[in-house]
Amino acid sequence: MNEMLKMVVVLTGLSLVSGGVLSYLEGSLKERIENTILEKVQAPTLRQLLVGSENDPVADRFKIGSGKDEKSFFVGIFDGAPNIVVLEAFGNGYGDKVGLMVAIDVTTDKIMNVGVTTHAETPGIGANAKDDPEFAALFEGLPVGEPILVKNDGGEISAMSGATVTSRAVCVAATSATKTYEALKPQVLEQIKGFSK
Amino acid sequence: MAKSIVQEFTKGLWKEIPPFRLVLGLCPILGVTTSLENGLGMGLATTFVLICSNFLVSLLRKMIPSKVRIACFIIIIATFVIVVEIMMKAFAYDIFLKLGVFIPLIVVNCVILGRAEAFAAKNGILPSLADGLGIGIGFTLSLASLGGIREILGKGTLTVWGEPFFTGPIFSIADIFPKFEPFGFMVQAPGAFVALGLMLCLMNLMESK
Repeated sequence: MNEMLKMVVVLTGLSLVSGGVLSYLEGSLKERIENTILEKVQAPTLRQLLVGSENDPVADRFKIGSGKDEKSFFVGIFDGAPNIVVLEAFGNGYGDKVGLMVAIDVTTDKIMNVGVTTHAETPGIGANAKDDPEFAALFEGLPVGEPILVKNDGGEISAMSGATVTSRAVCVAATSATKTYEALKPQVLEQIKGFSK
Repeated sequence: MAKSIVQEFTKGLWKEIPPFRLVLGLCPILGVTTSLENGLGMGLATTFVLICSNFLVSLLRKMIPSKVRIACFIIIIATFVIVVEIMMKAFAYDIFLKLGVFIPLIVVNCVILGRAEAFAAKNGILPSLADGLGIGIGFTLSLASLGGIREILGKGTLTVWGEPFFTGPIFSIADIFPKFEPFGFMVQAPGAFVALGLMLCLMNLMESK
């Protein structure tokens, strides 16, 4: 009995200490990790999308919502007006989730352009979603509010040859981004006012 | 006869160098040694976990009931592995991306559990630290050398950390043999077996002389 108790106490104690240490470490480094991922993964795509903007879109960002529903928005200033917002959304690709940055013009409610951030698609086939600017160009000027689909599903986007799954994933991500934008538009408009110069 | 601390340390560098002598922990050595840089990163991460877990296991060895010792070792090792993972995410994100799934897999690396069970659980804190450090450095050296050999043969160049420390590769085989064609086979999975086999063969040759 005594030995039994000792086993339980030692194992519980170890687990408790381990959990405590890890959650403390995670908590204290969370911000740094977020910034690193932002700088390494999202920033290159973001800067590419907003090339020619007058601000640094990585620095000018805000968040709406909290916890799981928290969404990050990046702001692009052109001609002195902060009229472009960028947000990231995900769709299930062939390999893993495909992350897509979608830049939306708030004055026209149209997509300005899109860019893939993270993916694990096949090089030369699905990976063209990130590497081939022509595919991303198909999304330019699409209005928000309508679901974005590939032609096979009755939409506008011609899928990349041999990569229908990836093309669908990008469409799903784009649709989800525009939906988020529509749902949060009043708050977005409120927030971007603070960025005008 | 008790061995000295120095002996505990140096045995990991040649006599019991993992994975060539112990032939333990083959999963990372086959998986990540596609380049010198990856081998070094993996080796250093493993060394950190090894030293910390050896220290803690040795410290707690009288408290841990023998029936649940493996579970306790795994908790200790897993904690340090996650510490390494969080640290890498925060401070060395590029290496973290390259090593990917192999970082969490350090938990099940037999070298670490093996040292905890075979050494740290039976010896004092100082010898355990020396053992962890020696085995860790040995492991890092093996991974780095294997990674280096595969990178030179497979890509024809050797790159460490890249910018800002060095611009471009620090060594290029084309400087010595201008007609050298890299054989990409060496940086793929089968190349790991070939390189490992050749290294073992070389070590046995040196031993037998």
